[in-house]
Amino acid sequence: MTMKILDPTDERKPIKRELTSRPEHISGVVGLLDISKPRGNVLLNRLEELFDERLPDVEIRRYTKPTFTKPAPEDLRRKISEECGFVIEALAD
Amino acid sequence: MQGRNYDFPNGKTSLLCFVKEDCPTCQLSLPLIEIIQKTFSSVVEVLLIGQDHAGNSSMIKTHQLATSLLNDDALKVSFEYDLDTVPTIFLTDSVGNALTQFIGFGKQDWIDLIQKLSDLTGIAVPAIQWDSYPESHPGCGSRSVEPGIAERLEAESSGSPLRARQIDIATHDDVHEFLFDQELTDGLPVIPPTPERVLRMIKGSHRDAQEIVADIPPNLAPATVEKIAINAVMAGCKPDYLPVVITAVEAMCTDEFNIHGVSATTMGGTPAVIINGPIREKIEMNSGLGALGAGHRANATIGRAIRLVLRNIGGAKTGGTERSTLASPSKYTLAFAEREERSPWEPYHVQQGFDQSESVVTLFAVTGGPSLVVDQNSRTPEQITGSIAMVMESIPHPRARGDQDILLVLCPEHLDTITKNGWSKQKFLDEIQKATLKPLRNLLADEHSGVGASLAEFGETGPNETDLERLVPKFASTSNIHLVVAGSDAGKFTSVFQGWATGPRGSMVVSRKIEG
Repeated sequence: MTMKILDPTDERKPIKRELTSRPEHISGVVGLLDISKPRGNVLLNRLEELFDERLPDVEIRRYTKPTFTKPAPEDLRRKISEECGFVIEALAD
Repeated sequence: MQGRNYDFPNGKTSLLCFVKEDCPTCQLSLPLIEIIQKTFSSVVEVLLIGQDHAGNSSMIKTHQLATSLLNDDALKVSFEYDLDTVPTIFLTDSVGNALTQFIGFGKQDWIDLIQKLSDLTGIAVPAIQWDSYPESHPGCGSRSVEPGIAERLEAESSGSPLRARQIDIATHDDVHEFLFDQELTDGLPVIPPTPERVLRMIKGSHRDAQEIVADIPPNLAPATVEKIAINAVMAGCKPDYLPVVITAVEAMCTDEFNIHGVSATTMGGTPAVIINGPIREKIEMNSGLGALGAGHRANATIGRAIRLVLRNIGGAKTGGTERSTLASPSKYTLAFAEREERSPWEPYHVQQGFDQSESVVTLFAVTGGPSLVVDQNSRTPEQITGSIAMVMESIPHPRARGDQDILLVLCPEHLDTITKNGWSKQKFLDEIQKATLKPLRNLLADEHSGVGASLAEFGETGPNETDLERLVPKFASTSNIHLVVAGSDAGKFTSVFQGWATGPRGSMVVSRKIEG
């Protein structure tokens, strides 16, 4: 006899997210997001120096999450997506 | 009995008689039903509805029944008629409305029924040897209310509160292997959540099965009472535990508790569930010998249930958003109760502003422990306090100071020593703070360890002598020390659990009243 059980999950199959297509050249505004983990700023400062050296036409904007322990607030996510063509998020320790 | 379906009502006055073969009262009633069939069948349709297939055949043979007998061994008709007892007799009009209804055997009920049929049809009352019948005889339980069957019938009925997707496990599949393969367990076997079990579980709470309790991180998936009940079944909970599990899920999903961060941190966090109030007795929560260990169903399964909710509903999978470097066995389960009666101090929930008579769930995000404070030698409150403070100071690092919570599970023997001169709980906590005071000079990062206060915090000139002599306590405040009394009467072993980052940037302790 077939046994019936009830689905303990949220019944939503995970939807595969497609990566945004990668352009050949970086231009416009690049966001550097500091998630507020110790020394994340060290990595981002170095990245900003390298951008200045190699891609001086690119504008860099810096953003900071209030805490690394929680997802970025919605306002910050919207601000980054409105202002930037690219974003680099630094995880550190 | 020939396997044909029968539609009711069919436009005639009808007598419906629900019976089962192993019920002596049904057997007693069958000859009367046969007499009614023979007398009134030209105008009244008499139908027997039998509750088990083999028994139905036996009744036809034994009583040489001329009355039509409908097979209801699936019990769906009995369930829809909400039967408790057999025999149950319904006299209905041509559109199915009940005119008369009775259960069991009552001589007067049958005399009245036959008189009524005679009045309705104009056919004379048949001669019956009433002297051979008892005045009354109680009926038997309907098969549709037998344990196990009742839940199955309700789960399958159109009024079932269940809405979750049903998964059919094929005959050749092992249900336990299936559940492992689908990654629906925490690595240990679970109880298969059949509709019957889930229905029983849902009845442990007064809430509507489809009420949304919380959105469960990380996927922020809505958790209904039904979905939580499914996971509670899998964890091994009894229905009585469900209100506790639901309240714990609510507390876990608050912004203050921040279960997303607690689960995701590489430090390895998980909720410790602490229960206070009268519900501890009702569900037999262990607060005494071995309170933090194995062997008690409520402790083991309530903690496990919220972890399964997080995993299965929220999608927090190990290696996904669960990213602990090492984690700990507490990620399977961690729930216990305070031994309130053993302590002269107010219990934890009263300290948090609840009434002693209220049942309360408290969630504390633990990342380490239990670490034992082993002190079998101290005989004064000051000495025990000193020992506990020394061990607390080492968590998570002897130089760590400030914003951190700690869960202190104080054993009765240590409690007795601390309180023997009348110390209050606050006095004890104040003494802990005093015992941990260290000059800043001893708390600086140095060549022996990179952990500690950094000289850079004091500007270019560095700290002056006054700065270096400043005494710094271990905790920002005594409210960071969460004290619960538990354990057996014998043994001088207190336990300490390490918290995670506290305050709005981490996880704050959340207490919630348990509602039905």
